[in-house]
Amino acid sequence: MAKKMLEVHELTTKYITRQGEDVYSVDHVSLDIEEGKSLGIAGESGCGKSTLALSLMGYYFAPLHYTSGEIIIDGKNISGLDPDLVRKTVLGTEIAYIPQAAMNAMNPTRKVGKFIEDVIRAHELPMDKKQIREMAEQRFAKLGLPVDALDKHSVELSGGMRQRVVIAISTILSPKVLIADEPSSALDVTSQKMVIKMMKDMLANGLVKSMIFITHELPLLYNVTDDIMVMYAGQIVERGSAHEMVFDPIHPYSRGLMRSILVPEEGTRDVKLTAIPGTPPNLKHPPAGCRFADRCRYATPSCKVISPPLLDIGGGRSYRCSFSQEELREVYEHED
Amino acid sequence: MKTEEIGAAVVEDTRESVSFGTRDKDFSKEPLCLSGRGVTRVFHTGKVTTVAVDHVDFDFHKGELISIVGESGSGKTTLSKMLLGLLEPTEGEIMFQGQPRDISTGAKKREYWKGIQAIFQDPFSSYNVFHKIDSVLLDCINMRGGKNLPKEKKYEMMTEACSFVNLKFAELTNKYPFELSGGQMQRLMIARIFLLKPNILLADEPTSMIDACSRATILDMLLKLRDETGMTVIFITHDIGLAYYISDSVYIMEHGKFVESGKPDKVMLEPEAPYTKRLISDVPKIHEPWDLSTVDLLQNA
Repeated sequence: MAKKMLEVHELTTKYITRQGEDVYSVDHVSLDIEEGKSLGIAGESGCGKSTLALSLMGYYFAPLHYTSGEIIIDGKNISGLDPDLVRKTVLGTEIAYIPQAAMNAMNPTRKVGKFIEDVIRAHELPMDKKQIREMAEQRFAKLGLPVDALDKHSVELSGGMRQRVVIAISTILSPKVLIADEPSSALDVTSQKMVIKMMKDMLANGLVKSMIFITHELPLLYNVTDDIMVMYAGQIVERGSAHEMVFDPIHPYSRGLMRSILVPEEGTRDVKLTAIPGTPPNLKHPPAGCRFADRCRYATPSCKVISPPLLDIGGGRSYRCSFSQEELREVYEHED
Repeated sequence: MKTEEIGAAVVEDTRESVSFGTRDKDFSKEPLCLSGRGVTRVFHTGKVTTVAVDHVDFDFHKGELISIVGESGSGKTTLSKMLLGLLEPTEGEIMFQGQPRDISTGAKKREYWKGIQAIFQDPFSSYNVFHKIDSVLLDCINMRGGKNLPKEKKYEMMTEACSFVNLKFAELTNKYPFELSGGQMQRLMIARIFLLKPNILLADEPTSMIDACSRATILDMLLKLRDETGMTVIFITHDIGLAYYISDSVYIMEHGKFVESGKPDKVMLEPEAPYTKRLISDVPKIHEPWDLSTVDLLQNA
């Protein structure tokens, strides 16, 4: 069995609002990723995708607070560590995070090479300027980035190039887990393809050991990651391989999501697009039963009372629903 | 729980689904709604001259749903501004309902805007934050000459408009637009259009800030609006999958020019222009493999 790079057990984190209310936006989430594998996280806005990404780094700042659970990266438990220690010993080396607007993260008055020096200095590694430069040049060449970009300011680079440069800088210390939160959503399709190609190459070459990819663009997720996990209202509702999740989703919410996929391919125009009516629940007062029950077309009165657990059905698949997979599949078949 | 029990729910299902409308209809026999010949817009910044829209010709017919697809910087927004009359073309002519468009004075512009309305990308900045939802909708009724209608009639019209987009007007009164979610706000925008009933609706990336699952609802409403009112809808987008799904005809735009246009099946499945081919091949798909091996990382370096 391949080595587990990231293991998360029952991680719960909350936001504390100004009124002092607790909002559990990541609620008992457990997941694991093996070495060399990638996991995609899908779900609508506000379902907790980005909060999960922030929580996984172990670096909490108000209003986000750690409540319980464990985050183990390559055997090392990082949950509940002092934020300063996390910044020095975890971020960049164990786990790296690329936020959505990463391409705007660079100070426009500094050259790209300087940012790499900053990363090395922040981790107090014993390297001089020349060594850092050599390392940066090697890394850029390996990632297919022009080496002269190191001497440029961020404004001289195109959007796609800037995004790739930021990814290269944040992974310069070869982290074990790379979390990319919508890394290509602000780019046009051609630059998006280049960013994805670079990230996949990094994973294949072992420059990062595992990857978490967050987006609501399902066709993209399908093409990038090995597994897909769907989140709803702070909980995992289903997980499986990318192919299973797109072509054979079990949970009614995942099925709704997969049926909103739009791609320019023959035959897809004749498939009826379905929308999921309603809005997600307010997490200040989460419903007692299944969180999706109010929007679920199959929900029975008992669904609103009983909160189903995440059921592991083997083969890396799990889902959260009171109905058995056979029951759900039968209804889906009846519908089509 | 028995399967029959679940099955029973299906019968009562009131799920929203997108109608197929008239996507294979031949619109060339319909009267022209908006057309342009040699429409060009040039911007001068210092010594630099940018041709944002370069001699484009188009014919948009009544009741047609047209998509204009292009990447950032292709000139989509400049073109839509010209269509809306917010920018004058440097060269060329735009015809509205077969007549040359005249928007030389403020009064003429206002008259033109009765015939063309828009929904923009960002629903959060489309509303005046000081105006309640009631007054947003009331303004639309007043603009369409309903100023002297009895109060009850106005209320009825607003309720109808809201129920058209699956919103409950009774729950929205006395609320501000920012109290709604992005998807709901965008639906309220469609309710506005429903009250205004323009000949043309220009939708500029109306779903790009909305999630994939609410996207279907918005698309459904646009199609329903077109089917019920016979409105021409011009859909501006960068999402090829979406354009393929919704449109009657597609225009692909690159560097200010239309490089290819026609029925979506023709343009998307058998593209001829190299740019369209590249665009289609760069979009991730689910039935065909997405080939990353051809990507040249040093391109545009």
